Amino acid sequence: MKIERLITMANDISNYFNAEPDRKDAVAGVRNHIAHSWEPRMRKALIEYNQQDGSELSELARAAVAEL
Amino acid sequence: MSMNKEKDFGTPASVATQTINLEIDGFKVTVPAGTSVMRAAASIGIDIPKLCATDSIEPFGSCRLCVVQIEGGRGMPASCTTPVGEGMKVATQNKKLADVRRGVMELYISDHPLDCLTCSANGDCELQDMAGAVGLREVRYKPVTTHLDAKKDNSNPYFSFDPSKCIVCSRCVRACEETQGTFALTIDGRGFDSKVSPSQNQDFLSSECVSCGACVQACPTATLMEKSVIDHGQPEHAIVTTCAYCGVGCSFRAEMKGDQVIRMVPNKDGKANHGHSCVKGRFAFGYATHKDRITKPMIRASIKDAWQEVSWEEAINHAASELRRIQAKYGKDSIGGITSSRCTNEETYLVQKFIRAGFGNNNVDTCARVCHSPTGYGLKKTFGEASGTQDFDSVMDSDVIVVIGANPTDGHPVFASMMKKRLRQGAKLIIVDPREIDLVNKSPHIQADYHLKLRPSTNVALINALAYVVVTENLVDEDFVKARCDVASFEKWRTFINQEKNSPEASAAITGVPAADIRAAARLYATEKNGAIYYGLGVTEHSQGSTMVIGIANLAMATGNLGRRGVGVNPLRGQNNVQGSCDMGSFPHEFPGYRNVADPVTRAFFEDAWQAPLSGEPGLRIPNMFDAALDGSFLGLYCEGEDIAQSDPDIKHVHAALRAMECVIVQDIFLNETAKFAHVFLPGASFLEKDGTFTNAERRISPVRKVMKPLATYADWEVTQMLSNALGYPMNYSHPSEIMDEIASLKPTFSHVSYQKIDELGSVQWPCTEEAPEGTPTLHEEHFLRDNGKGLFMLTEYVATSEKITPMFPLILTTGRILSQYNVGAQTRRTENNAWHSEDRLEIHPHDAEDRGIVDGDWVGIKSRAGETVLRALVTERVQVGVVYTTFHFPESGANVITTDNSDWATNCPEYKVTAVQIAKVLAPSEWQQNYADFSEQQLELLEAAQHNA
Repeated sequence: MKIERLITMANDISNYFNAEPDRKDAVAGVRNHIAHSWEPRMRKALIEYNQQDGSELSELARAAVAEL
Repeated sequence: MSMNKEKDFGTPASVATQTINLEIDGFKVTVPAGTSVMRAAASIGIDIPKLCATDSIEPFGSCRLCVVQIEGGRGMPASCTTPVGEGMKVATQNKKLADVRRGVMELYISDHPLDCLTCSANGDCELQDMAGAVGLREVRYKPVTTHLDAKKDNSNPYFSFDPSKCIVCSRCVRACEETQGTFALTIDGRGFDSKVSPSQNQDFLSSECVSCGACVQACPTATLMEKSVIDHGQPEHAIVTTCAYCGVGCSFRAEMKGDQVIRMVPNKDGKANHGHSCVKGRFAFGYATHKDRITKPMIRASIKDAWQEVSWEEAINHAASELRRIQAKYGKDSIGGITSSRCTNEETYLVQKFIRAGFGNNNVDTCARVCHSPTGYGLKKTFGEASGTQDFDSVMDSDVIVVIGANPTDGHPVFASMMKKRLRQGAKLIIVDPREIDLVNKSPHIQADYHLKLRPSTNVALINALAYVVVTENLVDEDFVKARCDVASFEKWRTFINQEKNSPEASAAITGVPAADIRAAARLYATEKNGAIYYGLGVTEHSQGSTMVIGIANLAMATGNLGRRGVGVNPLRGQNNVQGSCDMGSFPHEFPGYRNVADPVTRAFFEDAWQAPLSGEPGLRIPNMFDAALDGSFLGLYCEGEDIAQSDPDIKHVHAALRAMECVIVQDIFLNETAKFAHVFLPGASFLEKDGTFTNAERRISPVRKVMKPLATYADWEVTQMLSNALGYPMNYSHPSEIMDEIASLKPTFSHVSYQKIDELGSVQWPCTEEAPEGTPTLHEEHFLRDNGKGLFMLTEYVATSEKITPMFPLILTTGRILSQYNVGAQTRRTENNAWHSEDRLEIHPHDAEDRGIVDGDWVGIKSRAGETVLRALVTERVQVGVVYTTFHFPESGANVITTDNSDWATNCPEYKVTAVQIAKVLAPSEWQQNYADFSEQQLELLEAAQHNA
């Protein structure tokens, strides 16, 4: 999967959950959304990217992907 | 089978609950107060002669044929305009009345051509019937001047207007006003000169007429007559079915002669449309028998090869073996499918079941991905059910109507007529739209109280500002929130909204809407008794589409506008069965009934029912399928009834993905754009050729009934079944009713749905359960459908789209559709509807056009970050400065060459409504258009080769 596209998608999701005042809720929100709606090869690619680099992911997205 | 003609009671039914007792011709009758004498008589089988009255419009009292005598009353009142009275005694027949009626008919006939035997209305003419009813035997008058030489108007492609046969009863004029709400017709002149006039004495085609056909249906003579009846004669039997165009889901009588549809007549008993229709549903059915229909299965090894016509068996076996081969080589998850919102519930259910159980993965998606997937997400999260809350009739109880990002007069015309009726009765109107849609000020007798003409992509800033006014000006319905909603979520939301950044004054800089207008509109919505919100793709097709749906839900809950008639949150669904295709489990993370595939209990339930192991992992969404195709991990696609090669965004990317696949199986009635990239073509069946059901935007499950045999032998559900069996997952349905029975057994909100019930009731709105065996017009009346029964408020931070205007791309392109064409146009482009719209045009504000030296009709190049296309300019003030607009009905337009891959954060619904572009005057089509024209031509040659060799 094209990683740039997945990064954009993950950051878009994070942008929504950024409004959550409770940081734990925000991280859980991003994590659950990806876990419940992303196909495994997409999750796998993003997890690998986060482990190897992750620099293009927002801080919230990085935290959430780390929990996947 | 028979015509089973619908009875005409002469005047509309009264909705009064009080009853009146009277006597008509000695028979006792009890009817609701306000009923006309004519209708009361008709209710007991006494048909008083009439010409100017019909029960779809208010009585007029002009023809004087329906006169009666009332004991103790004076003269001979018209029974159509005389309401019943307690104890009234009415005589409908006596010599005096007969003499008057004969005299009236004599006058009518003296100026009417006596060509009954060759008249197209012969056998269906009320004038002829009335001449018989009153016993007319001679016409004594020999008028010097008549209308018999009046010129016929054949300009409308679907009906003719022959004024020589007009009796000036005004039924057409009143139908245009009352039923359709267009006011295109009038009676011009006085006395003998009186005549029906479209607009300012124009022909029908060039007038304001929208060709809904209400006038044709209302006409009692052959004055306004369907050309199909003129050409083929009167139909001899009728079958009730449901329209296959938009999400209104109008009920129709398909009036037939053998297996030929003569005309589609909107069904008076249709609960979605109440006997009304639009130009598409009533007239644009010719595509079903168009010469472009492909009726033989075809295969080929590559898209460079000629098609080869083969038997059904060979095509099915080839398709199955290709799918098996790809899975064997690339893995179980390397194939998937797309269900269709144009197909029936039963067919959609079957395709998703075939993919989940037969393919062994959840790689199934549907076109709702590109339209209303944010509705599913947002309303499921907040209300607990992924659907609109009301029935259409609910709008007649609304006091203020908010239309957001929708254009009902074009997209959902029959519902728009009902909405316009309510607006003419005095309901207030708020429009939220970047463009001046007809409802703003172009629909007669309607003027929006507020048009919040926001900049594209700023919906969420606007909805937050509206909510800010509600929260800060004490307009919250505290009792409703406390009783019906999750209070903790409300308090969190209130704190969020109550930030200065959400104020109308702060958001005005983002939205471009004056703060005072936002405040006034919010107050109006929050303080009127019943506030209803209707929205469309102008809400969902944004990077914050789901956030906006949530914002709308929040606002409705905060103001208590839910759970009763006249209120609610109502997505206007684009296609006939978008709601149904979603309900049936077409999303890759949800089984039927929106139940998550990851839930082991749910999964075990479906595994037991379907007798197959099921994956607990979400599958690929449509755009993910394209990405996976390009990385070599998704190689096989079964696409039923969708045209992703035209409808999906960033079309060059889509085409590249389709080219990368090893087996694309397209099941459709035409060689659509997607089929040009296919390796297997399985001919589909139109809605006229099969049984099933559609579910419209108000959750109404309506019958689709076969009126002719499938041109390609099989209905689509049968094709899916054959393919499934060939692949090794057995299916043995003998009729779609069995599929519906299975759906009802698996989907709790359908538990009491059956074909028998649908036939008995005409249609039924889900939830249809033990508690609500006849369906549910209004959702969330007692409690929300979430697990805890409480409505959930969610936060809606405005996040600007990443699709920014820059000096290089200084304009925003937004897209929409037009009344006469339908989505990708595969159906309507193959009808006479092209008379109204034969090409997509680019709307440009005069200032933007002048800056670039563009005048109306110029060819204009439109360039975005994704691509470039060329359209002709339409210079108009309907769009605001800085915004351009086009429709997407013609593949050669390449509207989706320029749309980008930006999408909704929650669902990946594309951001069709926001593309930064630059435009310039050009002289030739774009490179893409030229290349695509060549490709299309080549593909049509490859098709012709197949047909030639067959």
